[in-house]
Amino acid sequence: MSDLDTFRSETRAWLEENCPPEMRAPIVSEKDVVWGGRDQSRLTAPQKIWLDRMAARGWTVPDWPTDYGGGGLSAAETKVLREEMARIKARNPLNSFGISMLGPALLKYGTEAQKLEHLPKIARGEIRWCQGYSEPNAGSDLASLATSAEDAGDHFVVNGQKVWTSYADQADWIFCLVRTDKTTKQGGISFVLFDMASPGVSTKPILLISGYSPFCETFFDDVKVPKANLVGELNKGWDVAKYLLGHEREMISGMGLSGGGDALVEGALATVGVDAEGRLADPLLRAKIALYEVRALAFAAQSERFIDELKAGHAHPAQPSMMKYYGTELNKARHELAMAAGGSDAVEWESERSGGGRAARAWLRTKANSIEGGTSEIQLNIVAKRILELPG
Amino acid sequence: MPLFLNDEQTMLRDTARDFVSENAPVAHLRRLRDSDDKTGFDRALWKQFAEMGFTGILIREDAGGLGLGHVEAGVVLEEIGRNLSPSPFLTTAVAAVAALHNTAQAERWFPGILSGETVAALAIDEGAKHRDRVALRAERAGNGFRLSGAKQFVTHGHVADLLIVAARTGGSDDEAEGVTLFAVPADAAGLTATPERLADSSVAARLTFEGVAVDADAVIGEVDAGRGPLDRLLRAGRTGASAELLGVGGGAMDMTVAYLKQRKQFGTLIGSFQALQHRAAHLYAEMEVARAAVLKAQQLLDAGDAAADQAVSVAKAMTGLATTLSVQEGIQMHGGIGMTDEYDIGFFMKRARVLAEMFGDTNFHADRVARGRGY
Ligand SMILES: Cc1cc2nc3c(=O)[nH]c(=O)nc-3n(C[C@H](O)[C@H](O)[C@H](O)COP(=O)(O)OP(=O)(O)OC[C@H]3O[C@@H](n4cnc5c(N)ncnc54)[C@H](O)[C@@H]3O)c2cc1C
Repeated sequence: MSDLDTFRSETRAWLEENCPPEMRAPIVSEKDVVWGGRDQSRLTAPQKIWLDRMAARGWTVPDWPTDYGGGGLSAAETKVLREEMARIKARNPLNSFGISMLGPALLKYGTEAQKLEHLPKIARGEIRWCQGYSEPNAGSDLASLATSAEDAGDHFVVNGQKVWTSYADQADWIFCLVRTDKTTKQGGISFVLFDMASPGVSTKPILLISGYSPFCETFFDDVKVPKANLVGELNKGWDVAKYLLGHEREMISGMGLSGGGDALVEGALATVGVDAEGRLADPLLRAKIALYEVRALAFAAQSERFIDELKAGHAHPAQPSMMKYYGTELNKARHELAMAAGGSDAVEWESERSGGGRAARAWLRTKANSIEGGTSEIQLNIVAKRILELPG
Repeated sequence: MPLFLNDEQTMLRDTARDFVSENAPVAHLRRLRDSDDKTGFDRALWKQFAEMGFTGILIREDAGGLGLGHVEAGVVLEEIGRNLSPSPFLTTAVAAVAALHNTAQAERWFPGILSGETVAALAIDEGAKHRDRVALRAERAGNGFRLSGAKQFVTHGHVADLLIVAARTGGSDDEAEGVTLFAVPADAAGLTATPERLADSSVAARLTFEGVAVDADAVIGEVDAGRGPLDRLLRAGRTGASAELLGVGGGAMDMTVAYLKQRKQFGTLIGSFQALQHRAAHLYAEMEVARAAVLKAQQLLDAGDAAADQAVSVAKAMTGLATTLSVQEGIQMHGGIGMTDEYDIGFFMKRARVLAEMFGDTNFHADRVARGRGY
């Protein structure tokens, strides 16, 4: 048996023993997602057990170095772990902006002290992070951001406003882009970290079309940020920001994979029924679902290929833009089909049987997929310019 | 197994790319067409394919081949697609070899395939749309069989040395069982081939079988149990056609992107217009996703994985979608020049259409995926 086969059988046995049965069920609502953070009272008992057991092995971040709370696994081992988790339909023990965005940026740009300070807490789900990028006048044109950080000796004084800050009201810390030089655009941005409990930080939730308010306007009024919390060099935060955006896009592209077609097919079978030959009784809906599934299965292969190439170091650096674009458009298409499959049941908003309008709210939420993390239009601009090398 | 080509496969790709683009670029197809060639491909070139070892890619080493897999066959097919090279590679070295693999017939036909002497054609389809339906009859007669019926869309059917024929020895036309696969020599009496030129300048035959007598040893595998070799043939053919489509779509995309960087209107390169950039970037995304689907199908086939069947249908359906988009956008973004016979992009559109129909189109395979998933 090769080392990898041994690793696979050991992993399979460990997961079998340690993954609570409740954690092998599909995620149906936001409550099922574990984000971690200082306030762990939101976690159910099985969620807590699963998180702690996985964190103890470093498997919330299997390919990070063990010094920083990771599992120290190779790319091939990480793939095996993912496959074995998928085999038993195990949920992610922990989802966080720390894992998918800040962590990779700190691993590349952080000082040793910053890594030792922040990465293990991310790995164990102790600190919940939010992303302070967008501002009222800096969305797609992110580099025009105005939130300022004045040099005050051993610290910066931050003033300004962010917007669309997801979960800012529930986050413990923020990674934030600030302007440290007003005379140039990209070249005057710095990347800083600070505690959301710092004096001068306030948040105000924004209500979404789905009826939820998961994101906020965030205000900074003379917030003191120690200079030790600057990541990368002063005025060179744009590099860190872009690197992190690549990881954000990579993570968001995974939405194209969530749930697959099973729920869609089940939903349609429940409302439309089958014809004499056992096929979905609405032939046009059946055809649309089948074509959707072809794309979704092909995209699943593409996601695997993308990760394999990334780990082997030969993915084009702009490839996450392509993945983000395709995965989010696919996810939107899936929810559009799910609404069509669900018919009038799916548009119920508050009833018990619709789970408080679960389908409709989820469908509305996906409309943001092609906006958050950079819009589809921006991703296509990036692919056109950086991969296809089109002019202008 | 990571989902990208390993070093040996990359080397093979480079070799195939050089060989095919030097010896059979689009100009080669154009020459064959303009000289009103009746064969549909160049026999001398086919011999060279054999000398390069390509025809033995899927043949086991103990039978004189290279003992490689569908990933490697696909690498060659993609280059064939990219250059629109007319070649019996898909029918002979991929689909026929897969059908003959591990049967008594292998010994008889593999040497000719390895040396480039033998060209095989696939007599599978009976209607204008590919279906899992076999009506052509094979009645027992003496110590052999008599074949009666008709086949169509048989690429190289008029010049092939070997015809792989799906025939019915039992059951009714739409049943999966009761099918037998035969290796029929091209000179069998009672067999008529009517060649027809297709839109892409290739030649496919309509075949009629009027009591064509074959020996019992012409059976590939077992009587009434032809599903096994036929499914092997179809999986290999479908995967191979997907790889070739990938090449056609990729070739058209490369031409189009190059044109966007060179054509000026309104005093600027048209590639700087965002409307065109976005469409080109979208096309790129579709082609990348299609590439992954093809590689996945090839790897699963090579691993003998049960999931291969679905992956093969996903690959054929997805390459149909992506390549159709690529050739359509290709002509559109070229503007008027794209409609001229002198410019090559139109050849890509025609080949894509023919390959899209081969072994089942996007709808056929999406339907297969749906049935496989129980709806
Ligand atoms: C659910 C959700 C969560 C988010 N979470 C966060 C978060 O946690 N932290 C954070 O900092 N931000 C977050 N964002 C903000 C997000 O990154 C921005 O909304 C996004 O970058 C778009 O900016 P904008 O909303 O200002 O739109 P605009 O930039 O005003 O764009 C408006 C329209 O113009 C198009 N457009 C703009 N420029 C171009 C161009 N050059 N070419 C073609 N079209 C163009 C856009 O594609 C869009 O269609 C979130 C957004 C959403 C919806």
